[in-house]
Amino acid sequence: MSRLYEGLMEAFRLILSFDPDLLTIVLLSLRISITAIIISTIFGVPLGALLGLKEEKKTRLFNKIIFTFMGMPPVVAGLIIFLILSRQGPFGALSLLYTPSAMVIAQVFLSSPIVIGLTMVGIRAKGGEIEETARSLGAGSALAAWTVVKESRFAILGAIITGFSRVVAEVGAVMIVGGNIEGHTRVMTTAIVLETRKGNFELAIGLGLILLMISFLVNSILYTIQRGGNKD
Amino acid sequence: MRSLSKTYDKEVLSVEELILTKGCIYGVIGPSGAGKSTLLRIINMLTPQSGGEILYKGRPVPLNGPERLALQRNMALVFQKTLLFKDTVWNNISYGLKARGCKKQEIEKKVTSLLDQIGMSELANRRAETLSGGEAQRVAIARAVAFEPELLLLDEPTANLDPGNIELIEEMITKMARTKEITVVMVTHNVFQARRIANHVIFINQGKIVEMGPTEKIFTEPENESTRMFVEGKMVY
Repeated sequence: MSRLYEGLMEAFRLILSFDPDLLTIVLLSLRISITAIIISTIFGVPLGALLGLKEEKKTRLFNKIIFTFMGMPPVVAGLIIFLILSRQGPFGALSLLYTPSAMVIAQVFLSSPIVIGLTMVGIRAKGGEIEETARSLGAGSALAAWTVVKESRFAILGAIITGFSRVVAEVGAVMIVGGNIEGHTRVMTTAIVLETRKGNFELAIGLGLILLMISFLVNSILYTIQRGGNKD
Repeated sequence: MRSLSKTYDKEVLSVEELILTKGCIYGVIGPSGAGKSTLLRIINMLTPQSGGEILYKGRPVPLNGPERLALQRNMALVFQKTLLFKDTVWNNISYGLKARGCKKQEIEKKVTSLLDQIGMSELANRRAETLSGGEAQRVAIARAVAFEPELLLLDEPTANLDPGNIELIEEMITKMARTKEITVVMVTHNVFQARRIANHVIFINQGKIVEMGPTEKIFTEPENESTRMFVEGKMVY
């Protein structure tokens, strides 16, 4: 119990003193996860919207694939990206393994199905009604589709935030493709694993607290967004 | 429309002939599941017919393409379940005008005038999500008539509204039909409402137009026994 208490106190000291090691790890984590979610959003939202606007029976196979990938274990995602980027893999020549880029790729692989799937579900929930209303008011196909996306913005934002909270907290994939190299590919989750194993509970707890705070912030935003979306 | 039909698992609508005259208000009555809403959706080109043809001003309605969109833009449909966009009242009403590429000044003029007509000038910047049922329905109708369609299709426009709002909306419909010469086709469960505001009544039962004619004739001297039973409230369905 005292170890936990001492660990917590030291963790607060590290956070409040802006410890450079801690700061490096936190900033790298955020940079990787934010980059990954931006990439996932850029192609995931239009693809999800496209699937959501199509009749459900025409996209059944896609739905099954996307829902399967949504629940993919991060270590499996890490393994797949590892094999693709390793020296003998199809993209081995790019020498991306054990770089932040590889970690971004792994996180894009993990977050995209979530962004696509939840966007699709959100749009499908009311998309038909919205599209018909828009068309009945004289909107062409493009405007009607844009109206559906705009009206489903709360669901889409929810999809993006859910994708982000999944990748910022995952450890398996980034550990495999990033290698947990200090100052280069060490992020919050991999650092927590390492520091716990080394017995450096202060840093591990400090990082854990920051991760929890990020998770709290992200979920608060998601909750607020969903409340806003459910008002009508 | 001629020899028009719509089939899902079974035939839900079959219309030998239906001719709508400019500037008239048609009240479409009939039991639930009779095909009234399907008829409106087919007229608005939201649901394709399974057979037959629709002529608009004597010309066949094309199945797709820009000509179809242009024709569709001559009409508006207000659904039974009002769906206002998550936006301000002003932006909701101006939606159809913007879709048609109207100029800003024209939009301002028309929306201001409509807000005044529906008694909601002070609510222009209110979020549509915060409106009451009656206010929302008034906005939905204003949004549909903002671009002055030639044909206004209304699916149960006063369902679940209080008598005050029903009166207001009925007044809006009749005034717009009269002043703008808009042809109105209004589906209603309420036969008294059809009698109050429609010039012509179309009685649909089991997917077929049983009888149509001037309102008073349908209510006082119907030719068909099922029409008489329905308008007298004796039809069990």
